[in-house]
Amino acid sequence: MSLAHDAPVTVGRATKTQRPARTWPEINNPAAWAVAAILLIMPLIASSFFLIEIFATTLILGTMALSLMFLAGYGGMVSLMQLTIAGFSAYMVAVFGVSGNANISLGWPWWLAVPMALALATAFGTLGGALAVRTEGIYTIMITLAIGAAFYYFTNQNWAIFNGHTGINNVATPRFWGVNWRADIPFYYVVLAVAALCYFAVEYVSRAPFGLALQGVRDNPRRMAALGFNVNAHRVAAYAFASFVAALAGVLQVWNYRQISPGSVSVGACIDVLIIAVVGGITRPIGPYIGALIFVLLRTFALDFLVRLGLDGNRFRLLIGLGFLAIVFWSSDGVIGLWQRWRQHQRREVGRASGGGRHG
Amino acid sequence: MSRFVERHPAWALVTIIAVAVALWLIFAVWPPGLEEAIGRKRVFLNAVFNGITLGGLYFLVASGFTLIFGLMRNVNLAHGSLYLFGGYVGYAISSSTGSWILGFVVAFILTALVGVLLQVIVFRRMEGQDLRQTMVTIGLSIVFADLMLWACGGDFYQIQTPNWLIGPIELPLVTAIKSSGEPVYLRYPMVRLVIFIASVIIGVAMWLALNRTRIGMIIRAGVDDRDILAATGVRIQLVFVAVFAFGAGLAGIAGVVGGTFQSLSPGEDIRFLLASLVVVIVGGMGSIPGAALGALIIGLAEQLGSVYIPTYAIVVTFLIMVLVLAIRPQGLLARR
Repeated sequence: MSLAHDAPVTVGRATKTQRPARTWPEINNPAAWAVAAILLIMPLIASSFFLIEIFATTLILGTMALSLMFLAGYGGMVSLMQLTIAGFSAYMVAVFGVSGNANISLGWPWWLAVPMALALATAFGTLGGALAVRTEGIYTIMITLAIGAAFYYFTNQNWAIFNGHTGINNVATPRFWGVNWRADIPFYYVVLAVAALCYFAVEYVSRAPFGLALQGVRDNPRRMAALGFNVNAHRVAAYAFASFVAALAGVLQVWNYRQISPGSVSVGACIDVLIIAVVGGITRPIGPYIGALIFVLLRTFALDFLVRLGLDGNRFRLLIGLGFLAIVFWSSDGVIGLWQRWRQHQRREVGRASGGGRHG
Repeated sequence: MSRFVERHPAWALVTIIAVAVALWLIFAVWPPGLEEAIGRKRVFLNAVFNGITLGGLYFLVASGFTLIFGLMRNVNLAHGSLYLFGGYVGYAISSSTGSWILGFVVAFILTALVGVLLQVIVFRRMEGQDLRQTMVTIGLSIVFADLMLWACGGDFYQIQTPNWLIGPIELPLVTAIKSSGEPVYLRYPMVRLVIFIASVIIGVAMWLALNRTRIGMIIRAGVDDRDILAATGVRIQLVFVAVFAFGAGLAGIAGVVGGTFQSLSPGEDIRFLLASLVVVIVGGMGSIPGAALGALIIGLAEQLGSVYIPTYAIVVTFLIMVLVLAIRPQGLLARR
């Protein structure tokens, strides 16, 4: 049931490059080192607008999509409620912490409110996952979409905790050791650190025994059950892990915007996370970040771009939708898949040329 | 029925008591103590009728959704867009020609055409790839939503109810007794009742068509095993196109109904997509009677919930879904 099933490219790659299981694939890859270096010195290069509005937002959205990628790519469960979990965690930070709505917020310090929010959001996501694993494949999409939509309508209606459609504003951000952690540069590094942590955690888990068992469950649940693995327990555990990742991203998101409202947990936003993950590619953890970068760049610059072409700038969603359709039509593994196919093609050309030379 | 009673005596008893209580609540004149506790009977009856008629609307949307899913295993998440498209078409036709009925006809035909195009151009190419089809429908729903926003703007539209349906009708249900001893009867908008009756007729006709005709037999066989059906020489692609067109057309009709009942605006597509998702999850995927039962339950829960526990109305709907998933994950009336 995974999207990768109809991806001949990935199968070919997996059989071709059997790398040793215990090393990080990034270590021998110069491109990965270059990207890491650029990300680290980004505050020197980029203006504060680019730093926060583009790169920090990309990393936050990418981390949310990463949690979806983990579930979909390794577990074969496409969950549309990852943004809902992130939004729930964001709401909890606002409710337990300090915000402009004093009658709702409990005013706990951030180091108490954040673990509380993470724990509650993880519990919420695990419960939702326990519900969703009772079904399979496309049913999972529907149930998680229904959960996400129910949460959206609930936040709109509930005034006691979620403050209705106005949401919670002026959420306080942490300040300690004499640093305002929401100032542009410290915040960028916080986001970068969390995103890197989540990225490597997902990569580690995918090669740990649990992750391998999960991939086995994805490919053939019946055989795994016969081997003595508890299929549903693995799936629920995957939901728990992904929920924690999403919850971390949610905390960062509420600090980024300093407010949270039902608009940020709407159904459209839930689907955006799916789009990000699918456009980037859901077979490898780097995919969601690539997808998020494309999405954020499009969202920010599509308006100017369309106006410059003489078109209506408000048609940004049309562009996103068409791009998404094109990706789903032509590549089952998003941008990564396209790139890999192109590289394989190149390699074959080179191989043919050099091989021909030797024989001739 | 009798088998159900034999196998689950406790559940049967609970059901009978619940039905009896509901009938008493609807037909009896409420004693003053009850009116003090939960409010006036008129409010309750109105909520029940609103719930039932809303259930009729949900049934129209969800039956097309469930029909398409049952035969083609295609979760059409663009179904809400078809609903909204049908509504806009119905508005345009009925406001330009003044004929409400014509609006239905044109909306049905045009949305059915969109359905045919979708099936022929898009879904036939990726048969058997459930997840990819679902992704494509998500992409399509985004594109459609934006195109409709472009064409129709963000305004609210309401389709004009025709003159012969405007106004309330008096029902033989007593809501209260005046001090003079004269009974007060419930007055209810006629258009909603007419639409509800029409949706019941459509539902019964669909059930008859599925269970008593040759085409219905082919479709039911396709639901059970489409490969064997294709092997027996049925032109299955034609059946697929026909069913997709009919399901989409139903969504279009529902759009006109929804535009008359409520209003049309961007965002309604998502609302009705969610409603049909919950309805078919509760009732059972691919089952028409399941869609009817689910629509009734969800419609009633939504309306009664919004009257008696306004802040948590959506949670009631959601809890019903959770409960059904926990007890009977395949849905109330699904065979499996």
